[in-house]
Amino acid sequence: MNWWTPTVEAAVIAMAKALVILLVVVLLGALLTVIERRLLGLWQDRYGPNRVGPFGSLQLVADMIKIFFKEDWIPPFANRVLFVLAPGLAMASLLLAFIIIPITPGWGIAELHIGLLFFLAMAGLNVYAVLLGGWASGNKYALFGAIRASAQTVSYEVFMGLSLMGIVAITGSFNMREIVEAQAGLWFIVPQFFGFCTFLIAGIAVTHRHPFDQPEAEQELADGYHVEYSSMKFGLFFIGEYVGMVLISALIATLFFGGWLGPILPPVVWFALKTGFFLMFFILIRASLPRPRYDRVMSFGWLVCLPLTLVNLLVTGAVVLLV
Amino acid sequence: MELAFYLSGLVAILATLGVISGTHAVHALLYLIVSLLAVAMTFFALGAPFAGALEIIVYAGAIMVLFVFVVMMLNLGEDTQEQERAWLKPKTWLGPSLLAGVLMLVMITMLIEAGDGRLIDGDLLTAKAVGQLLFGPWLLVVELAAFLLLAALVTASHVGRLSAFQGERE
Repeated sequence: MNWWTPTVEAAVIAMAKALVILLVVVLLGALLTVIERRLLGLWQDRYGPNRVGPFGSLQLVADMIKIFFKEDWIPPFANRVLFVLAPGLAMASLLLAFIIIPITPGWGIAELHIGLLFFLAMAGLNVYAVLLGGWASGNKYALFGAIRASAQTVSYEVFMGLSLMGIVAITGSFNMREIVEAQAGLWFIVPQFFGFCTFLIAGIAVTHRHPFDQPEAEQELADGYHVEYSSMKFGLFFIGEYVGMVLISALIATLFFGGWLGPILPPVVWFALKTGFFLMFFILIRASLPRPRYDRVMSFGWLVCLPLTLVNLLVTGAVVLLV
Repeated sequence: MELAFYLSGLVAILATLGVISGTHAVHALLYLIVSLLAVAMTFFALGAPFAGALEIIVYAGAIMVLFVFVVMMLNLGEDTQEQERAWLKPKTWLGPSLLAGVLMLVMITMLIEAGDGRLIDGDLLTAKAVGQLLFGPWLLVVELAAFLLLAALVTASHVGRLSAFQGERE
């Protein structure tokens, strides 16, 4: 066994950890579909799915069986290559962004010193999934959805990046671990409150979650960019949305709420609690808010959020420089 | 790292050839995106991940999205593909390619004669180092670029405003 050197051992352990994180994220994304329906039922004073298994806990299994065995239909008028490529891109770009998230001091996939930029790059590439999926479907409503989604995402990504630059200025680093460690005294939610507000809004908009789900508004566009998708290709778009939710929640917990930091409980519990809180918050928002008109969404982004992040960045810069 | 550099360089060249020879506008744009991603990878391989990440965010993530966006709405049909094919006949590209090929030969011989140049080492250029360079020795260039961008921004908002006024008058 002379090939089993400490380097190989470290590499195998790192890969195993990465695999565990991947599985947890994907399973959590799948579970959230059911959890969301149950919680929506609770908050909207109805039952939600409660037939399969005790308290509807096996609903996920039923859904999986259904989605795997449905006919996988590609419309004859679709652009085949792009039609197949798009759902994979939707899932992969969001999953890749998880490699920068530090879960505990010992757990995390990669420590990049451009950490935050890597997330922004992957969020930028995620637009193509929706854009290509909608266009390749060869359907008017899908194209409308894709156009709305890409315009919305590009607009909201502008201040999504800017809202995080305050944190980068205070920490002096893009590295996620250094950002978490810089919050040992005070979580960034306090000095960067406006950054938090705008990042939360941008995060909801970039994942196309309610109330920013105009790209897939059922009443207006049938189902937007994934109207022609069936079976597991639709599943990838669908689970991808929840993976995006997990990603944004984990990022908010890491960037503004001190990540794994916290008293008494072990780090991983703190991280899970904080991320879980924001996942619930995402679902609560969907349960309680109506969907605004599309042009209002765009003007809100450019006229309210963008100036707010710019002022926030200016003040943060002045404080960092003078104090 | 050298292998990564040459592989992504090869991908960049092949993808760019795809952009030029593609007849379908959206497919050509996708090749261009792949080419930009490959160029970003060469930056990563050279030890400049900051530049690579910015390349992906700005070019692949923002500018190309707008290109794809517009081309998708143009609804280019078979006619434009026919036109593209007509432009790609050997009669059209043979002359310029020959001349450009001579220039490339000159460049390659000069590169060979110039010696090895800098080898690819494993040094990482951090974001902090890039910032200190930009706002230290290269401050003037940064300020000039800022002027240029501001002028472009003012022009764009002016052009946008003009059509808004005309819309109100009608």
